Amino acid sequence: MRKAVSIILLAIVGYYMFSVFLSMPFGEKRDGVGKHYLENTLKETGAVNTVTAIVVSYRGFDTLGEVTVLFLAATGLGAILFDKRGKKRRHQYASLIVRVTSNILYPLIVLLGAYVFVHGHLTPGGGFQGGAIIATGVLLMFMSYRKFEANHKALSIVESLAGLTFVTVGLGGLIYGGSFLFNFLPLGTPGDLVSAGVIPIIYIAVGFKVGAELSGVLDTMLKTIR
Amino acid sequence: MSWLAILVLILVVVMVAAAIFAITRKDLIIAVIGTSVISVVLSVLFYILQAPDVALTEAAIGVALSTIIFVIAIKKTDRYEE
Repeated sequence: MRKAVSIILLAIVGYYMFSVFLSMPFGEKRDGVGKHYLENTLKETGAVNTVTAIVVSYRGFDTLGEVTVLFLAATGLGAILFDKRGKKRRHQYASLIVRVTSNILYPLIVLLGAYVFVHGHLTPGGGFQGGAIIATGVLLMFMSYRKFEANHKALSIVESLAGLTFVTVGLGGLIYGGSFLFNFLPLGTPGDLVSAGVIPIIYIAVGFKVGAELSGVLDTMLKTIR
Repeated sequence: MSWLAILVLILVVVMVAAAIFAITRKDLIIAVIGTSVISVVLSVLFYILQAPDVALTEAAIGVALSTIIFVIAIKKTDRYEE
Protein backbone atom coordinates (compact mmCIF):
# COMPACT_ATOMS: atom_id res chain seq x y z
CA MET A 1 0.00 0.00 0.00
CA ARG A 2 2.68 2.50 1.01
CA LYS A 3 4.78 1.47 -1.96
CA ALA A 4 1.84 1.97 -4.34
CA VAL A 5 1.15 5.45 -2.91
CA SER A 6 4.80 6.47 -3.19
CA ILE A 7 5.02 5.16 -6.76
CA ILE A 8 1.90 7.17 -7.72
CA LEU A 9 3.28 10.32 -6.08
CA LEU A 10 6.63 9.84 -7.81
CA ALA A 11 4.86 9.34 -11.14
CA ILE A 12 2.92 12.60 -10.70
CA VAL A 13 6.08 14.56 -9.76
CA GLY A 14 7.97 12.91 -12.60
CA TYR A 15 5.26 13.75 -15.13
CA TYR A 16 5.28 17.45 -14.20
CA MET A 17 9.09 17.63 -14.11
CA PHE A 18 9.24 15.99 -17.54
CA SER A 19 6.62 18.31 -19.06
CA VAL A 20 8.47 21.37 -17.72
CA PHE A 21 11.69 19.91 -19.14
CA LEU A 22 10.05 19.42 -22.54
CA SER A 23 8.74 22.99 -22.66
CA MET A 24 12.16 24.51 -21.97
CA PRO A 25 14.07 25.67 -25.03
CA PHE A 26 17.55 24.19 -24.71
CA GLY A 27 20.34 26.48 -25.88
CA GLU A 28 18.31 27.98 -28.71
CA LYS A 29 17.22 31.58 -28.25
CA ARG A 30 19.30 34.30 -26.72
CA ASP A 31 16.89 37.12 -26.11
CA GLY A 32 15.64 39.19 -23.21
CA VAL A 33 18.13 40.01 -20.51
CA GLY A 34 20.77 37.68 -21.97
CA LYS A 35 20.84 39.69 -25.18
CA HIS A 36 21.31 42.90 -23.19
CA TYR A 37 24.28 41.37 -21.38
CA LEU A 38 25.87 40.07 -24.57
CA GLU A 39 25.56 43.43 -26.31
CA ASN A 40 26.44 45.84 -23.50
CA THR A 41 28.87 44.01 -21.23
CA LEU A 42 32.01 45.14 -23.02
CA LYS A 43 31.25 48.85 -22.97
CA GLU A 44 29.67 48.85 -19.50
CA THR A 45 32.20 46.79 -17.55
CA GLY A 46 35.22 46.41 -19.87
CA ALA A 47 35.36 42.66 -19.23
CA VAL A 48 35.81 40.38 -22.24
CA ASN A 49 34.34 37.40 -20.37
CA THR A 50 30.60 38.05 -20.10
CA VAL A 51 30.03 35.34 -17.50
CA THR A 52 32.55 36.97 -15.16
CA ALA A 53 31.00 40.39 -15.72
CA ILE A 54 27.60 39.00 -14.72
CA VAL A 55 28.92 37.08 -11.70
CA VAL A 56 31.09 39.86 -10.30
CA SER A 57 29.58 43.07 -11.57
CA TYR A 58 25.88 42.78 -12.40
CA ARG A 59 25.20 40.08 -9.80
CA GLY A 60 28.11 40.92 -7.49
CA PHE A 61 25.93 41.04 -4.41
CA ASP A 62 24.87 37.41 -4.99
CA THR A 63 28.53 36.44 -5.23
CA LEU A 64 29.16 38.06 -1.84
CA GLY A 65 26.32 35.92 -0.49
CA GLU A 66 27.77 32.76 -2.04
CA VAL A 67 31.19 33.48 -0.56
CA THR A 68 29.51 33.99 2.82
CA VAL A 69 27.69 30.65 2.50
CA LEU A 70 30.97 28.88 1.76
CA PHE A 71 32.58 30.66 4.72
CA LEU A 72 29.73 29.58 7.02
CA ALA A 73 29.98 25.97 5.81
CA ALA A 74 33.74 25.89 6.41
CA THR A 75 33.35 27.52 9.84
CA GLY A 76 30.58 25.11 10.86
CA LEU A 77 32.61 22.09 9.78
CA GLY A 78 35.60 23.41 11.70
CA ALA A 79 33.49 24.04 14.80
CA ILE A 80 32.15 20.48 14.76
CA LEU A 81 35.22 18.53 13.70
CA PHE A 82 38.25 20.61 14.67
CA ASP A 83 40.27 19.03 17.43
CA LYS A 84 43.11 21.16 18.72
CA ARG A 85 45.39 18.20 19.40
CA GLY A 86 44.31 16.46 16.22
CA LYS A 87 44.59 12.73 15.87
CA LYS A 88 48.18 11.85 15.11
CA ARG A 89 48.15 10.78 11.53
CA ARG A 90 50.19 7.72 10.81
CA HIS A 91 53.49 8.85 9.37
CA GLN A 92 53.34 6.53 6.45
CA TYR A 93 54.32 8.08 3.17
CA ALA A 94 52.93 7.21 -0.21
CA SER A 95 55.24 5.42 -2.62
CA LEU A 96 58.27 7.15 -4.11
CA ILE A 97 56.63 7.53 -7.53
CA VAL A 98 53.59 9.29 -6.08
CA ARG A 99 55.75 11.59 -3.94
CA VAL A 100 58.07 12.65 -6.77
CA THR A 101 55.18 13.20 -9.16
CA SER A 102 53.22 15.27 -6.66
CA ASN A 103 56.33 17.35 -5.92
CA ILE A 104 56.44 18.22 -9.61
CA LEU A 105 52.69 18.65 -10.05
CA TYR A 106 51.90 20.67 -6.90
CA PRO A 107 53.50 23.99 -8.02
CA LEU A 108 52.04 23.53 -11.50
CA ILE A 109 48.51 22.98 -10.16
CA VAL A 110 48.77 26.01 -7.86
CA LEU A 111 50.09 28.06 -10.78
CA LEU A 112 47.15 26.93 -12.95
CA GLY A 113 44.72 27.92 -10.21
CA ALA A 114 46.33 31.33 -9.82
CA TYR A 115 46.26 31.79 -13.61
CA VAL A 116 42.56 30.89 -13.74
CA PHE A 117 41.53 33.46 -11.13
CA VAL A 118 43.92 36.24 -12.20
CA HIS A 119 42.62 35.96 -15.78
CA GLY A 120 39.00 35.61 -14.65
CA HIS A 121 37.86 38.62 -16.69
CA LEU A 122 39.62 37.43 -19.87
CA THR A 123 39.35 33.63 -20.05
CA PRO A 124 36.76 31.13 -18.79
CA GLY A 125 36.93 30.53 -15.08
CA GLY A 126 37.39 32.77 -12.11
CA GLY A 127 37.69 32.91 -8.37
CA PHE A 128 35.69 29.82 -7.46
CA GLN A 129 37.29 27.64 -10.12
CA GLY A 130 40.82 28.83 -9.35
CA GLY A 131 40.32 28.35 -5.62
CA ALA A 132 38.99 24.83 -6.14
CA ILE A 133 41.95 23.95 -8.39
CA ILE A 134 44.39 25.21 -5.72
CA ALA A 135 42.58 23.09 -3.13
CA THR A 136 43.01 19.98 -5.32
CA GLY A 137 46.77 20.70 -5.41
CA VAL A 138 46.84 20.93 -1.62
CA LEU A 139 44.85 17.67 -1.48
CA LEU A 140 47.53 15.97 -3.60
CA MET A 141 50.16 17.00 -1.06
CA PHE A 142 47.98 15.81 1.84
CA MET A 143 47.70 12.41 0.19
CA SER A 144 51.41 12.06 -0.61
CA TYR A 145 52.90 13.37 2.64
CA ARG A 146 51.16 12.44 5.85
CA LYS A 147 53.14 15.13 7.71
CA PHE A 148 52.01 17.92 5.37
CA GLU A 149 49.80 20.16 7.48
CA ALA A 150 47.94 23.36 6.81
CA ASN A 151 48.68 26.34 9.01
CA HIS A 152 45.19 27.21 10.20
CA LYS A 153 46.18 30.63 11.51
CA ALA A 154 47.66 31.67 8.15
CA LEU A 155 44.63 30.24 6.32
CA SER A 156 42.18 32.22 8.46
CA ILE A 157 44.22 35.42 8.02
CA VAL A 158 44.22 34.98 4.21
CA GLU A 159 40.49 34.22 4.30
CA SER A 160 39.64 37.26 6.43
CA LEU A 161 41.81 39.62 4.37
CA ALA A 162 40.22 38.37 1.14
CA GLY A 163 36.69 38.80 2.48
CA LEU A 164 37.62 42.25 3.79
CA THR A 165 38.98 43.22 0.34
CA PHE A 166 35.71 42.18 -1.32
CA VAL A 167 33.58 44.24 1.09
CA THR A 168 35.97 47.22 1.00
CA VAL A 169 35.88 47.33 -2.81
CA GLY A 170 32.09 47.10 -2.66
CA LEU A 171 31.90 49.98 -0.18
CA GLY A 172 34.34 51.96 -2.35
CA GLY A 173 31.79 51.60 -5.15
CA LEU A 174 29.10 52.85 -2.78
CA ILE A 175 31.20 55.93 -1.93
CA TYR A 176 32.51 56.84 -5.39
CA GLY A 177 29.78 55.53 -7.68
CA GLY A 178 26.59 55.55 -5.65
CA SER A 179 25.86 51.81 -5.53
CA PHE A 180 27.42 48.79 -3.85
CA LEU A 181 30.14 47.17 -6.01
CA PHE A 182 30.01 49.99 -8.57
CA ASN A 183 32.91 49.72 -11.01
CA PHE A 184 34.67 52.93 -9.94
CA LEU A 185 38.17 52.22 -11.33
CA PRO A 186 39.10 53.08 -14.95
CA LEU A 187 38.03 50.33 -17.35
CA GLY A 188 41.20 50.29 -19.45
CA THR A 189 41.63 48.54 -22.79
CA PRO A 190 39.43 45.45 -23.10
CA GLY A 191 41.61 42.33 -23.31
CA ASP A 192 44.48 43.69 -21.19
CA LEU A 193 45.38 41.98 -17.94
CA VAL A 194 44.83 45.22 -16.03
CA SER A 195 41.40 46.19 -17.27
CA ALA A 196 37.72 46.00 -16.32
CA GLY A 197 38.14 48.11 -13.17
CA VAL A 198 37.38 46.32 -9.92
CA ILE A 199 36.49 42.91 -11.43
CA PRO A 200 40.03 41.40 -11.30
CA ILE A 201 40.56 42.67 -7.73
CA ILE A 202 37.34 41.04 -6.53
CA TYR A 203 38.02 37.78 -8.34
CA ILE A 204 41.57 37.54 -6.97
CA ALA A 205 40.13 38.06 -3.47
CA VAL A 206 37.47 35.38 -4.10
CA GLY A 207 40.15 33.00 -5.41
CA PHE A 208 42.30 33.37 -2.30
CA LYS A 209 39.25 33.01 -0.07
CA VAL A 210 37.89 29.88 -1.74
CA GLY A 211 41.34 28.25 -1.93
CA ALA A 212 42.03 28.91 1.75
CA GLU A 213 38.58 27.74 2.85
CA LEU A 214 38.58 24.49 0.88
CA SER A 215 42.15 23.68 1.99
CA GLY A 216 41.12 24.28 5.60
CA VAL A 217 38.07 22.03 5.18
CA LEU A 218 40.20 19.23 3.72
CA ASP A 219 42.77 19.55 6.51
CA THR A 220 40.08 19.49 9.21
CA MET A 221 38.42 16.43 7.69
CA LEU A 222 41.65 14.52 7.11
CA LYS A 223 42.67 15.10 10.74
CA THR A 224 39.65 13.15 11.94
CA ILE A 225 40.99 9.89 10.48
CA ARG A 226 44.21 8.21 11.45
CA MET B 1 23.21 12.99 -37.10
CA SER B 2 26.34 15.04 -36.74
CA TRP B 3 29.51 13.78 -35.09
CA LEU B 4 28.94 16.07 -32.13
CA ALA B 5 25.49 14.62 -31.47
CA ILE B 6 26.89 11.08 -31.60
CA LEU B 7 29.67 12.08 -29.16
CA VAL B 8 27.14 13.62 -26.78
CA LEU B 9 25.02 10.47 -27.00
CA ILE B 10 28.01 8.25 -26.18
CA LEU B 11 28.92 10.46 -23.21
CA VAL B 12 25.36 10.37 -21.86
CA VAL B 13 25.26 6.58 -22.18
CA VAL B 14 28.58 6.31 -20.31
CA MET B 15 27.18 8.59 -17.58
CA VAL B 16 24.04 6.49 -17.14
CA ALA B 17 26.11 3.30 -17.12
CA ALA B 18 28.43 4.73 -14.46
CA ALA B 19 25.44 5.78 -12.36
CA ILE B 20 23.92 2.29 -12.54
CA PHE B 21 27.34 0.82 -11.72
CA ALA B 22 27.59 3.12 -8.69
CA ILE B 23 24.20 2.25 -7.21
CA THR B 24 24.54 -1.51 -7.66
CA ARG B 25 27.96 -1.96 -5.98
CA LYS B 26 28.09 -3.27 -2.42
CA ASP B 27 31.65 -1.96 -1.97
CA LEU B 28 31.11 1.76 -1.35
CA ILE B 29 34.63 2.85 -2.34
CA ILE B 30 34.02 1.43 -5.83
CA ALA B 31 30.62 3.17 -5.89
CA VAL B 32 32.36 6.50 -5.16
CA ILE B 33 34.73 5.87 -8.06
CA GLY B 34 31.60 5.39 -10.21
CA THR B 35 30.24 8.79 -9.17
CA SER B 36 33.57 10.44 -9.97
CA VAL B 37 33.44 8.87 -13.45
CA ILE B 38 30.04 10.60 -13.84
CA SER B 39 31.70 13.90 -12.93
CA VAL B 40 34.54 13.45 -15.44
CA VAL B 41 32.12 12.72 -18.29
CA LEU B 42 29.82 15.53 -17.16
CA SER B 43 32.68 18.03 -17.29
CA VAL B 44 33.48 16.97 -20.88
CA LEU B 45 29.78 17.38 -21.67
CA PHE B 46 29.75 20.89 -20.17
CA TYR B 47 32.75 21.76 -22.34
CA ILE B 48 30.94 20.55 -25.47
CA LEU B 49 27.89 22.62 -24.44
CA GLN B 50 30.11 25.74 -24.46
CA ALA B 51 30.34 26.21 -20.70
CA PRO B 52 34.10 25.86 -20.05
CA ASP B 53 33.94 27.58 -16.67
CA VAL B 54 31.32 25.15 -15.39
CA ALA B 55 33.46 22.33 -16.79
CA LEU B 56 36.44 23.58 -14.73
CA THR B 57 34.33 23.69 -11.57
CA GLU B 58 32.89 20.23 -12.20
CA ALA B 59 36.34 18.77 -12.85
CA ALA B 60 37.89 20.25 -9.70
CA ILE B 61 35.01 19.82 -7.26
CA GLY B 62 33.17 16.78 -8.61
CA VAL B 63 36.20 14.64 -9.34
CA ALA B 64 38.65 15.58 -6.61
CA LEU B 65 37.08 17.29 -3.61
CA SER B 66 33.69 15.58 -3.24
CA THR B 67 35.25 12.17 -3.94
CA ILE B 68 37.79 12.60 -1.14
CA ILE B 69 35.07 13.78 1.25
CA PHE B 70 33.03 10.64 0.46
CA VAL B 71 36.12 8.48 0.96
CA ILE B 72 36.80 10.06 4.37
CA ALA B 73 33.16 9.49 5.39
CA ILE B 74 33.35 5.83 4.29
CA LYS B 75 36.63 5.36 6.15
CA LYS B 76 34.96 6.57 9.34
CA THR B 77 31.94 4.26 8.85
CA ASP B 78 31.43 0.92 7.11
CA ARG B 79 33.02 0.12 3.80
CA TYR B 80 30.54 -2.56 2.73
CA GLU B 81 26.83 -2.13 2.31
CA GLU B 82 24.74 -4.86 3.96
